[in-house]
Amino acid sequence: MTKRENEITWKDLNIGCIVTEPGNARQYRTGDWRSEKPIFDKDRCIKCGLCSIFCPEGCIEQNTEGYFEANLFYCKGCGICARECWPQAITMVEEEE
Amino acid sequence: MAKREGIEVSRAIAIACKLANVDVVAAYPITPQTHIVEDLAELVANGELDASFIPVESEHSALSACLGAAAVGARTFTATAGQGLELMHEVVYVASSMQLPIVMAVANRALSAPISIWGDHSDVMAVRDTGWIQIFVENGQQTVDNVLCAFRIGEDQRVLLPVMVHLDGFHLTHVIEPISFPEQSDVDQFLPPNQCPLPLDPDRPVAMGSFGPPYIYPECKKAQEINLRASKKVILECWKEFGDLFGRYYSPVEGYHCEGAKVLLLTMGSFSETAMDAIDKMRGEGKNVGLIRLRLWRPFPFEEIRQAVRDAEVLIVLDRAISFGAMGPVCSEIKSALYNEAKKPKVVSFVGGLGGRDISPSGFERMINRGIEISQTGSEQEFEMFGVRE
Repeated sequence: MTKRENEITWKDLNIGCIVTEPGNARQYRTGDWRSEKPIFDKDRCIKCGLCSIFCPEGCIEQNTEGYFEANLFYCKGCGICARECWPQAITMVEEEE
Repeated sequence: MAKREGIEVSRAIAIACKLANVDVVAAYPITPQTHIVEDLAELVANGELDASFIPVESEHSALSACLGAAAVGARTFTATAGQGLELMHEVVYVASSMQLPIVMAVANRALSAPISIWGDHSDVMAVRDTGWIQIFVENGQQTVDNVLCAFRIGEDQRVLLPVMVHLDGFHLTHVIEPISFPEQSDVDQFLPPNQCPLPLDPDRPVAMGSFGPPYIYPECKKAQEINLRASKKVILECWKEFGDLFGRYYSPVEGYHCEGAKVLLLTMGSFSETAMDAIDKMRGEGKNVGLIRLRLWRPFPFEEIRQAVRDAEVLIVLDRAISFGAMGPVCSEIKSALYNEAKKPKVVSFVGGLGGRDISPSGFERMINRGIEISQTGSEQEFEMFGVRE
């Protein structure tokens, strides 16, 4: 999509709003839905990856140090990672804005 | 030369679909639509029609199967009635929003409860706002003609919308009429092959019916509304070309003895032909009455309605449905179309013919006389129910 989402007019749409560009759901910032974000505590994390497995968005990835972090562009703040993390390395913190 | 044969109107619809060379039919039988799909199933089973007939477990599935068929560019037909149309309701919206040109014959039937298999327009009014093109027919010939036109209109590249052809349950579906079927070669000329511009195709993947967050949903709806309104131009072109080819012309609003008429009755569907008998009789007695028949229900023909009734003093609208707690839904639209006009008739609203209750020519005469009376004296009610025992 060449236009930004808030610039698309009704005349720009394909018939029946058909989407012809594959994979453009990646551009959708589901992070906007979030009211709480996960904070990862490296001192408690054992790098087991359970948070990543349970994340329904698939947005928790391992970094080069082996720790896990959430991609806040997609993270909806559901808190499943924090609930499943048995060493209690994840805390859900209210978003400031 | 076109053949003319005596045939049940439901069977004639199946033959019209065969002439249109439909690719896919998905339907669930329901009275009074049953004969339409029974005959189509038979045509497919006998090898007379090269199409897929998908037997499904419900109307919701019937229209869902039609979505898939239309999405790959198949010429798609279904038919239903009353409760069946209610059960497919959510998919009805999806078909128009996804711009899939399905043709659906609706054998208009009353809604439960109490259970009624007989005709009225309650089912139509429940799908009024679904974004389909909707055409009313008055007899078997008009049904066949408009099923053929429906494919042509819906599949037009400037339209790409589903089309409903409304025919009254039993009053039309189960009567035998002499019907003139066009020659296959003429139909082939009138109805080019379906060309879906963005079909489902593994070599060129697309996503249909995707997610529409608030940043885009209103734009989608505006595009849909503009497209449905713009379809009227194509509908008019199609009816003109159909008339030039086959000699039968159709219009969004059609009149009967409207010249100089001071009192007009407005009807939809098969009741129009009964009302014509009443108009003939009253005209014979020197009364200045005429009949307006609303053929195109969606997109609503605002301008044509205004033109058709502007010189009348009284307009009597018969609805075969109630918008409970309000009034007759057709009358309410007619009133809104006329409200800002400087010159307009007084509008009187009747609801009648519910659940298959007949209105005879003398009944229409009584209705017109009562309408004239109400126009002079006024009425305490928004509408009167015609022919109901007090």
